[in-house]
Parts: sequence; C-alpha cells; structure tokens
Amino acid sequence: MSDSHGTYFIPEPSRWPLVGSLALFISFIGGGMMLNGSGFGTFILGLGIGAVIYMFCGWFADVIGESLAGNYNKQVDISFRWGMSWFIFSEVMFFAAFFGALFYIRVFSVPWLGGEGSGFTTNAFLWPDFKAVWPLLMTPDMTLLDDKGLPLASSFVPIKGIIPAFDIPAINTAILLASGATVTFAHWALQKDNRAGLCWWLAATVLLGFIFVYFQIAEYAHAYHDLDLTMNSGVYGSTFFMLTGFHGFHVTMGAMMLLVILIRAMKGHFSRQDHFAFEGVAWYWHFVDVVWLGLFVFVYWL
Amino acid sequence: MSYAAVHDDVHHDHKPTGIGRWLFSTNHKDIGTMYMVFALIMFFIGGAMAMVIRLELFQPGLQFVDPQFFNSMTTVHALVMIFGAVMPAGVGLANWMIPMMIGAPDMAFPRMNNMSFWILPFAFALLLSTFFMQGGAPAGGWTMYPPLVLQLGDGLPFLIFAVHFLGISSIMGAINIIATVFNMRAPGMTFMRLPLFVWTWIITAFLLIAAMPVLAGAVTMLLTDKYFGTAFFDAAGGGDPVLFQHVFWFFGHPEVYILVLPSFGIISQIIPTFARKPLFGYASMVYATASIAFLSFFVWAHHMFTAGMPLAGELFFMYATMAIAVPTGVKVFNWTATMWRGSMTFETPMLFSIGVLFMFTLGGFTGLMMGITPVDFQYHDTYFIVAHFHYVLVPGIVFGIIAGVYYWLPKWTGYMYDETLGKWHFWLSTISVNVLFFPMHFLGLAGMPRRIPDYNTQFTDWNQIISIGGLAFGLSQLILVWVVIKCVRGGEKATDQVWEGAHGLEFTLPSPPPFHSFTTPPKVTEAMAHS
Repeated sequence: MSDSHGTYFIPEPSRWPLVGSLALFISFIGGGMMLNGSGFGTFILGLGIGAVIYMFCGWFADVIGESLAGNYNKQVDISFRWGMSWFIFSEVMFFAAFFGALFYIRVFSVPWLGGEGSGFTTNAFLWPDFKAVWPLLMTPDMTLLDDKGLPLASSFVPIKGIIPAFDIPAINTAILLASGATVTFAHWALQKDNRAGLCWWLAATVLLGFIFVYFQIAEYAHAYHDLDLTMNSGVYGSTFFMLTGFHGFHVTMGAMMLLVILIRAMKGHFSRQDHFAFEGVAWYWHFVDVVWLGLFVFVYWL
Repeated sequence: MSYAAVHDDVHHDHKPTGIGRWLFSTNHKDIGTMYMVFALIMFFIGGAMAMVIRLELFQPGLQFVDPQFFNSMTTVHALVMIFGAVMPAGVGLANWMIPMMIGAPDMAFPRMNNMSFWILPFAFALLLSTFFMQGGAPAGGWTMYPPLVLQLGDGLPFLIFAVHFLGISSIMGAINIIATVFNMRAPGMTFMRLPLFVWTWIITAFLLIAAMPVLAGAVTMLLTDKYFGTAFFDAAGGGDPVLFQHVFWFFGHPEVYILVLPSFGIISQIIPTFARKPLFGYASMVYATASIAFLSFFVWAHHMFTAGMPLAGELFFMYATMAIAVPTGVKVFNWTATMWRGSMTFETPMLFSIGVLFMFTLGGFTGLMMGITPVDFQYHDTYFIVAHFHYVLVPGIVFGIIAGVYYWLPKWTGYMYDETLGKWHFWLSTISVNVLFFPMHFLGLAGMPRRIPDYNTQFTDWNQIISIGGLAFGLSQLILVWVVIKCVRGGEKATDQVWEGAHGLEFTLPSPPPFHSFTTPPKVTEAMAHS
C-alpha cells in the first residue's frame, strides 16, 4: 500500500471513454431497430460495433504505449489486478443468473408443471397429460389434444434428441482443459525469458480456443438441422442455448484477447517481471474454462 | 501521452480548458461534478413525472392522462429516480470525496471513470426515447415483470438495452471504487481508519458488482423470450414467470442497499461533526454495514410473498428479512449515541441528517411490518408499500444525499452556502415530504391499490392532501438549485476545515481543493482518523 508511492500516474484527458459510450449507444440503437424489424437497424448495429472495435483498438493502443513508455509503476499494476479480478467476478455473476435459472427450472418449475407440490392444480387444469422429465423434449402445451385426439398447435418445436455429453462436449472439455495447461506453459516460458516457448505455447492456446469454437458451431448446426433442438424448443433449448451461447461468445472473446497477446509477444512486449496484460488474459481464459466445466456437468451430462 | 503528478504546484493545478475538459475528463472532481449535475437534472425529470401522477390522482376518475400514459409515468419515474438520480448522485459524491478522504490524487482508473459517467446520458436517451415509439414508454412497472412487460411495443429492446448500458456503467464505477480504496490509500490509512463514507461505498461497490450482472442476465432472458423464441418465463414451454421475479429481486434487494448505504455513510460523517464527538461505535458501524450487505442477498423473495412460493420459502425469507433489522438497529443506535451529550449545533447538513435518522427509521419500521408474510398479504401492492419505500428513499436517501451536498459544498466551491436558505429548504422539505408520504400509509391500509390512475371516492381527501404535499415538496427543491448556484458564484469564503468539528483528510486540503487532490501522500495517524 505505502511502499510503492513515489509519484502517482494519472492519464491525460482522453477521448476514448466518450467514443466508447457513443459507440455502444449507436450499437444499442441499431440493435433495437433491428429487433423492431427495421432492416436499416442492422446497418446501424454494424456501424456501432465497428465503432466499439475502433474504441478498443485506440484505447488499448494508448494503454500499451503508456506501459511500454514505462509510465506504469507497481501501484498501477496492482490497480489493474484489482480491476481485472472484479471484472471477472462480475462475469461470474452474469453466468450465475443463467445457472440459477437452469437450476430453478429443473428443480422447481418443471416438476411443478408436472403436478408436484403446489403445482397440482396447474397440472390438473391446464396440462393434465404433461409429464415432468429432464431433458424436457415435450413442452406442456405439446401435450394438449383437441376433440379428435389430435395434438393442438404448440408455440414450440418438439426436440428429437439432445447432444450426448460424452461426444463432442467431452472432446471440447479436453480441448479447453488442454488450453488451460498450454497457457500456463506459456507463462512459465515467459518467466524463464524463453520467448520462442512463450509464442508457441500461446499460439497453441489460441488454436485450441478456435477449435473449441469450431466444434461448438458444428454442434449447433447439428442441433438445429438434425435434432430440432433450437432456441424455440421450449425451456430445454432456452437454457441450453443461453448458457452455451454466452459461454461460446466469451471463449471467442478470450481467444481474440489471447491472439492480441500473442501478437504483442511476437513483437517483443512483456518482460519476466512485467506482463500483467498476459496474466489478465490468462485469468480470463481460466474463467471461461471453469464456466465450461459447470456447463459440461449441468447442461450436458446430468 | 501522460504525466506523473509530481509535487510541483504549477503543474498540479493545470486544468484542461474548454468543453474538452468535461468531455475527455480524467479528473475525479470534474467527473464527480458532472455526475451530480446529471443526477440533479434527472431528479427534476423524475419529479416532473411524479407531478403528473399526483395531478391525475388529485381527483377520482380520469382527468388529464390516459391510463397507459399514467402507467408509463409510474414506471419511468422509478427507473429515472433509481438509476438516473439516486445512484449517479451517490457515485458523484464517491468520485468527489473518496480520493480526498483516503489521501489519493485521483481514482484508480480515471479514463474508465469518465466512461462510467458518459454512458449515463446516452442510456437515458435510449430509455426516454421510448416515449416517442410505437407502443409508448414502458408501462408494466419498473420491475419489468413478464408477461406484462413483453406486451410493450417497439420500446422493449430500448428499455432492455438501457438497463444493460446502465449496468455496464455501474460495474465500471464499482470496480473503480474498489481498486481506488484497496490500492490508493495514503500511508497509515488502514482499513479501520477509513472514514465511514468510504466504508459504506466499498461495500456498496461489492453489492453493485454482484447484483448488476444478475439484472443484466434477467433482462437478457426477457429479450430472448420476446424476440428469439425462448421460454424462460413461459409456462407453456416449461418455464415460469415467477422465475423472472426471483432473478430480478436477487438483484433488486441488494439494489435497495446500493441506494441506501452511501446515505448511511454520509450521515455517519456529518453527525459526529456537528455533535463534536467521534462517531460512537466505529467498528460496529463497519460490521453492521457489512452484515446488512451480506444479508441483503438472502431476503429477495420478501418482494414476492404473494407470487406463490412453498411455505418453507415464505418462512425463510420472512425470518431473514427480520434479521436485517438487527444491524440496522445497531446503526440507528450508534448515530443516536453519537449525539448523546454532544455539543450540538444544527446547521443545514445536520438538520438533514437528523431528518434521515428519524424518517429512515420510520420507513424501516413499515418495512418490518411488510416483512411479516401474513401481514404482507394484506398490504402487498397497496399505497402502504408506496409509503414505505418512499420513506426510505426520499427522506432516507435523498435527504442523505442533500445533507452531503450541503456538508461538502463549501469544500467544493470555496464559499459558504446561504445558511438561511438552507434552513428554509430543510423545513419546507421535511414538512411537505411528510404531508406527501405519511397519508399514503392510511390509504394503503384502507386498501387503495398502487399503479392505478383512478380510485374509490372514499380516498379523495387524503389523495388531495398528498398531491398538495407533493407539489410543495417539488417546489421546495428549487431552493436547493438556487442555493447551489448562489454558492458556486460566491459568498463568504470557506476555511479549509469548513466546519468547526470537521475531521478527515478532505478538510486538510484547501477549499476549493487543488485539481489533483493529493500529489504527495499524506501520513495518517490514529489520532487523525478517529477524533
């Protein structure tokens, strides 16, 4: 706390915060218009996302420049560590909302719809033929029959089958765990000043990350085309795609962050003592790894 | 690119000029000022919506606005006041005061700090633009319960994105405060020497980081339910609308403490100053605040007693809610004990703080009543709950923020504010706020439902009194604007210490303080911290 103060570092006025706010504003306007059915909205959304990327490039270029110029003392380094840790914690809470929804649906709402506990009357009056099972292939409204005994129109599409855990998901688990190891090997190489080792292990990590994303996309295609497992297949599809989708998005972001770190490593940035950018991204990578383990167990396996 | 703030007087008071000083700011005081001004503007926008509500409710029957617009008024009034007025005012005070109170030159991440602020005007532009869209502004209540909220027209994605946007701002602000307090304290400023305002703000920051992402998740599920065919809140697809209420209130209850804890911190600074005694039970104040924050994550379903829950849930959440009264009672006791045998004077900040102490406690008691499950079945969604949360929010929180403004205004501007006007502001506000909110208890107990533009004629008398109180309260706030403008323009010079009984690092700096507060770290001793 006290030993690192000689002088303080305070950045000069910067336009990036304003550019960032404006960029997100444009993206949200575009997104909102798109959802309201305006084709022009997609264009504005693209513009906004482009501006967000521009902001990230500009802002991080400033930060990297300041870091290389030696402006960052020990205190700034510790601030970055606090900032990154609590940012990751906020991401944990974001996923917690969806895991919470999954557990609530599996433990409470589906059994209640099936007539358990206080759900008895709902089941008896609304969907008497609905059976609570997980995975939920048939939603409550699919069990309704008309006078002739034919199924009534449902707002959802029945699922033909689900993705087995010990198939691609198990391979993806191995890939992500391996990438957690390779990023640690890269860190060890950096600590030994082994630049080639750092770059190769980082490259391996990035590659594993993108292979994971590729497999996820292939799995989604399979789910949509062959299994009728979609966002529109009732609550199983909802929780499946929300959780794996946001995770896949985070893996993609993490892999891109690792790619930036790889490029910086190849340019000769980072030293044995001073490489928080690398560590911060590695922390983030371990975070997406841990989330995946939760997904593998609770979404695919159990 | 940048510079290290060194001990050079010429250098450290060098301010950027022109509009760029505000647009591109990396200065905690300028950003704090922008937060405060923004909060004040939103306070009046939200207040104008409240005036529309009270105008419509002045008489039974439909007079001025149609029910849909009335419902938009109640919904957007809440969103504007919570996310646009109270939270930004709290962050603004944190920005101004925390670096000065812990002996730091600025916040830990000055650029991110500016982004946290600049998101706000854009986010509210998104939210308020929904008034001009097909289907109008959100009208299903600020809690956004499905399926009602999903019936909103084109405004729905903009409501949801505004909430996401505000969440980004809050999380960045909270991370900044945590990094600042944990890493930028002056030598000797140990945790148990931190001013209570700093303590309450770190705890608030932790609440923000844990709660805001959950809200983001909840509204994301609303978005996908409406536009991407998911069934989280649709029983026909296996989901449950009550699930939204659980996720929302998991955010929503900690949010209550996000709003109130900074106000607790402010009056914990002010009461010792004007009682001229150290705060009674400093350590117990810290632990009580932390306990309140911790417990706030286990009480969310007391907002949902009537929504349908297993009996064990109703009982658990009732007892957990009761438990929060214990640490809150510790705080109320400590504030009272601080004043006991103090040599008290009653300048405006002290008057507002005592107002908080009395009227927050009153709101707390009605909260205890509502926390009892069978009693809540009677009061749920009546004017009783409206009275309860307005008592804690207005004379409990807004008064706390106003007390802080009066207390630190001379430090910020270098001039004393007009004490006579301040006292007028306090007495008019206090009388009118009680005329405004106290009769709501009676209406609620008599069965008047909230969020309805019409009512049974038996409720007319109290509603008219309430509306008059509301108008008087709204007009009284114009005095605050005048006091602030007058104080910024000049007046009696303030000393460095400002108040005779004031202690703390911020009062060792000149009034107004230099552009970068502490360019060399001050040394803090035990005597300075708790005197």
